[in-house]
Amino acid sequence: MNPVNDIFIIIANFLRTLLGAGGLHLADWFVELIMAVLRAALLGTFALLIFMILTWIERKVVARIQDRLGPNVAGPWGILLPIADGIKMIVKEDTVPAGADKAVFNLAPLVAAVAAMLVYAVIPFGPDTGHGALAGADLNIGIFYILAVGAVSLIAILMAGWSSNNKYALVGAFRAVAELLSYEVPQVLSITVVVMLAGTMQMTQIVQAQTVPFIFPLFATAIIFFISGVAESGRTPFDLVEAESEIVAGYHIEYSAMKFSMFFLGEFVHAFAVCAVFATVFLNGWEGPILPPYVWFLIKSGAIFFIMMWIRGTLPRFRIDQLMAFNWKFLVPLSLVNLLVVAVADTIVRTMLHFTPDGNPWVWGLILFAVNLVMLFIAFGLLGRGARRGIDDRRTITRLPEDKAAAPASAQAN
Amino acid sequence: MTITQFFFILFAIITLVSGLRVVTTKTMFHAALYLVICLFGVALLFVLLEAGFLAAVQVIVYIGAIAILIIFAVMLTRGMMEPKGPTLNSQSGLAAVVAAAMLFILIRVLTSFQFQAVTADVPSDNVIQLGQSIVGQFVLPFEVASVLLLAAMIGAIYIARERKKGE
Repeated sequence: MNPVNDIFIIIANFLRTLLGAGGLHLADWFVELIMAVLRAALLGTFALLIFMILTWIERKVVARIQDRLGPNVAGPWGILLPIADGIKMIVKEDTVPAGADKAVFNLAPLVAAVAAMLVYAVIPFGPDTGHGALAGADLNIGIFYILAVGAVSLIAILMAGWSSNNKYALVGAFRAVAELLSYEVPQVLSITVVVMLAGTMQMTQIVQAQTVPFIFPLFATAIIFFISGVAESGRTPFDLVEAESEIVAGYHIEYSAMKFSMFFLGEFVHAFAVCAVFATVFLNGWEGPILPPYVWFLIKSGAIFFIMMWIRGTLPRFRIDQLMAFNWKFLVPLSLVNLLVVAVADTIVRTMLHFTPDGNPWVWGLILFAVNLVMLFIAFGLLGRGARRGIDDRRTITRLPEDKAAAPASAQAN
Repeated sequence: MTITQFFFILFAIITLVSGLRVVTTKTMFHAALYLVICLFGVALLFVLLEAGFLAAVQVIVYIGAIAILIIFAVMLTRGMMEPKGPTLNSQSGLAAVVAAAMLFILIRVLTSFQFQAVTADVPSDNVIQLGQSIVGQFVLPFEVASVLLLAAMIGAIYIARERKKGE
């Protein structure tokens, strides 16, 4: 065993012997229970650490993109900012609005944070080297489980929106659920394509099925998954959930102090989980030369998160109707077509051209990549034409119906 | 008592108590949340039976879709912030009769059914078998269900669409 690559496995085996036959002689099921609790605690801590580090990195990166300095007071390069933020959040007053449903109001942030952390249970950080995979639980329904726990965060948002006794919160919750439910459709459809090619839903086996990283044969799928993932985690340009200019702050308007930061935490942890799933499913997960698997995994997830920050620093927010139209009129049809095209193209390349993912992975991957590019070219062409037609439509609508109505304005201008 | 029995009893209590609270609580929104807990308890029972796929389906379909729909409907009703409201209406007597009849039928069916204990292990990857039987042995019911859902969706869109003038 390589002491660097398998450090976590070695520690786990050591603990097992210590608690079991080699030391305390506990029953087997009890040892496994302790190990499971330890894994859960470790993954929860990892999620919290990720949240702390990413808030700082994101502020710094977005500041640089927008030609600002970003955090620079607490510690060198403002690196102690997350700790200062934490202290601030703890000492702030914890307010509960009059007429709020206290039990539900207090429970909602907890559910939101936990729902986001649940995803980490199945994400594999390293390969199965005969001692179990380096993951919380390597379920055979891995990726399906991720879709299932996504549903729990919707409940948290509805709980927060309803219990706040605030119209903005309620409208925000409706919006959030409408957005998240809609973008679940392309997300599920893109994961269907992955499962179709990999032939399994187990996360470790999906990584092993990638003889060539799935981003090449499934380029369009990767883009659809990424866009819907950004929308699912409610980040710019899809952060209508908390559009300050329209609904103040959405479902978490009444939350202050630590409860607010738990929603914030849920959002960040979920965003990084989307990146981790993307890295696992499309970028070959932990695979990579020289460096240990978990380092490669973090590098790949971090790179995807950088793209998310880049988008956040660059793009303005969608309008709610644009958001819905983009999903239902573009992403959903595209992902349905994508499912069909990939299935047909894969079958043709395998059976008629005899390039299989096991025999000639790169030839197979690049042929499918070319098919994807053609499909995306046509799709974006149609989208561009539709958008231009939309602009023309808007001009005819906004023109005032009678010249009389326009006259005072033009007179004033003169 | 084995550890499995302990968890079974725990999950069963969670499911039953929250199921009872669905009909006894006075706030409609709380009833919807108890329903979520109740459905989650059923998912936990599936996990205990090593039917992970069914547990995930239970969460996606019942919590992610049906419970959300119910909560939406509850949130759009008038006076849903009112904490107190009658839990019974004029049809409660009829509902009690129907529920009692249903209970009677279920008890008769369950007591007359011979449950066979299967000693074989749960297959490690039953998802593949499930998928193959859906598109193989049970392809006709599967397709009929799809057509039914499609018809329901078209109907819903027809009802909800905007009417143009003169229609």
